[in-house]
Amino acid sequence: MIADALLLQLGYNATLVAIGATLLGIAAGSTGTFLFLRKRALVSDAISHATLPGVGLAFIVMVWMGGDGRSLFGLMAGSALSAGIGLLCLNWLTRHTRLAEDAAIGAVLSVFFGIGIVLLTVIQTLGAGRQAGLESFLLGSTAGMLRADAAVIALGGALVLTLILALRRPMTLVAFDPEYAMARGVPVARIDLAMMGLVMAVTVVGLKIVGLILIVALLIIPAVTARFWTDRSDRVVLLAGLFGGLAGYVGAAISASAPNLPTGPIIVLVGFALFAASLLLAPGRGVLAAVLRHLRFQRRVHLRQGLLALAQGQPIYERLTLRLLRRAGLARADGIATERGRARAAKALRDEKRWEVVRADLAFEAAAALYDGLREIETVLTRDQIAEIDARLGGPKGVPA
Amino acid sequence: MALELASTKGTTLARPVPAESPLAIRGLTVSYGQKPAVFSVDMTVRAGEMTAIIGPNGAGKSTLLKAALGIVAPLSGQVQVFGRPLAAQRARIAYVPQRASVDWDFPTRVIDVVMMGLYRELGLLGRVRKSHLARAEECLARVGMAEFADRQIGQLSGGQQQRVFLARALAQDADLYLLDEPFAGVDAATEKAIIAVLKSLRAEGRTVVAVHHDLATVTEYFDNVFLINTTKIAEGPVAEAFTAEALQATYGGRLATAQVDQLARALV
Repeated sequence: MIADALLLQLGYNATLVAIGATLLGIAAGSTGTFLFLRKRALVSDAISHATLPGVGLAFIVMVWMGGDGRSLFGLMAGSALSAGIGLLCLNWLTRHTRLAEDAAIGAVLSVFFGIGIVLLTVIQTLGAGRQAGLESFLLGSTAGMLRADAAVIALGGALVLTLILALRRPMTLVAFDPEYAMARGVPVARIDLAMMGLVMAVTVVGLKIVGLILIVALLIIPAVTARFWTDRSDRVVLLAGLFGGLAGYVGAAISASAPNLPTGPIIVLVGFALFAASLLLAPGRGVLAAVLRHLRFQRRVHLRQGLLALAQGQPIYERLTLRLLRRAGLARADGIATERGRARAAKALRDEKRWEVVRADLAFEAAAALYDGLREIETVLTRDQIAEIDARLGGPKGVPA
Repeated sequence: MALELASTKGTTLARPVPAESPLAIRGLTVSYGQKPAVFSVDMTVRAGEMTAIIGPNGAGKSTLLKAALGIVAPLSGQVQVFGRPLAAQRARIAYVPQRASVDWDFPTRVIDVVMMGLYRELGLLGRVRKSHLARAEECLARVGMAEFADRQIGQLSGGQQQRVFLARALAQDADLYLLDEPFAGVDAATEKAIIAVLKSLRAEGRTVVAVHHDLATVTEYFDNVFLINTTKIAEGPVAEAFTAEALQATYGGRLATAQVDQLARALV
């Protein structure tokens, strides 16, 4: 069943939803990356909640004008308008009052959402029967999605991606170093506003599929997922689009494969699965890689300390050190060095003495800066330089360099 | 070449100042809230020379620089760059901000940061060409960071980060360089590398202005000083303006008398 869904074999509506969700995911993922890089991820939450009064008012106005009240285009226009007002309120509060942005977000988000819920309740008491479906904007609803709806989403997504392509350089510059951007004459406030405008567009387009409460997940999760895999901002944007699109596609397919699986939440959960897998498994920034790196480093430290202790005839108390030495065949269970252990220990001690010379001599300043107790001296100095140091040290010859 | 009177603390020195000073500030006041950080400051930067902005913590050094660059809006006053308003001369100024002002975990490589210096040339949609990359690499080499081009910026030491910021400014090929504490918290090798680059900029006829903390190196590094503590205390060539009295006036009780004496002796 899921295979059918993934191959778009579940019928017209499911196919429309899958295409729409994929496009939305791509647009949301790449837009959200800039928000994430600018460290303003939660602004999207304020924007999305601020759409609700617009949905209610648009419905009321359309009904009052004698229309159906459920035209997606009309509702989207209304939600964009009220989200825009919410965004302006947020900007004004952060700029002209002493309120920090997080507090301003909390205020705007809750007040606009409250107004929206009041309007929806009022609508319910007005003309019974006609209001059906407005609540679906909270969590999204893909049942009965029309071709026109999919076309609106596709068009909106394409527009968003085009604007991102055009603005990627200033948006990256502003996210990384806003003061430098300002010094170069980049209109930072306007770029910020454009960034938020893109977020607003994605939110409005995504209302139908994932709803206003969960759209923030689609904006942010792909970006943080992508960050695990690369250290380049342009690639974070591309990967986030990919992860977002994948989440949208797979999520829509899964929800179509069985009855009563809500599309929006399933998409978010698929996005989370990608995030969790990246968090654990990504090379470099992943948790597993970090743990392995730490263990490997700890082993190196213990081995080195153990060798130096052996060389100086000191007893080894730490069990881990002893175990590591034993496993490497450098010491016996009672802590006495093996033949090979003695040779390695003598070399370790000799290297320490060599390092002492290096660190005391200004001529080796650059090399000395690399000393950290673990670094092999051969990776820093040439054979000739080591020979010169050995000549200064005197003592036993023939220790393998 | 017009003649302008530059006054410092009571004495008026008739010294020729080029009609088009790279940076001329008149009556600049900047305030955060109700307390001016910089009050009614005049500054005339001399072309093709190196000037240090000196003063205690919180004296308004960085603020002065940021106002000159239009990063903070002044309450009053004018800024002229090469004789014209700032907005018309953006392309001729390069700014090196304080290292601590950005997040170094940002997903970007050293070469990408330097490429930001070419922002204006690349435009919005222009393609990155080989010549652009070559120029960015050249700027990195100039600060001794060529082999770090592909590193993530978070893996750099503080001194290396500072050099990357300088390389980004070099890529702009500007006429006026403004630096905010370029030597703060950097290693000796970096300090040497940075001062060498700044002196080479001067040799090319460019103008350098830097907020500077280390009083001991002022004479060695700079041609002019600008002493500030909210208001201007003194301005002029090191030999004339960097005096024990001026320093005492700038730092007040914060500079131990012994330190002043020591500096005064060093200046003789």
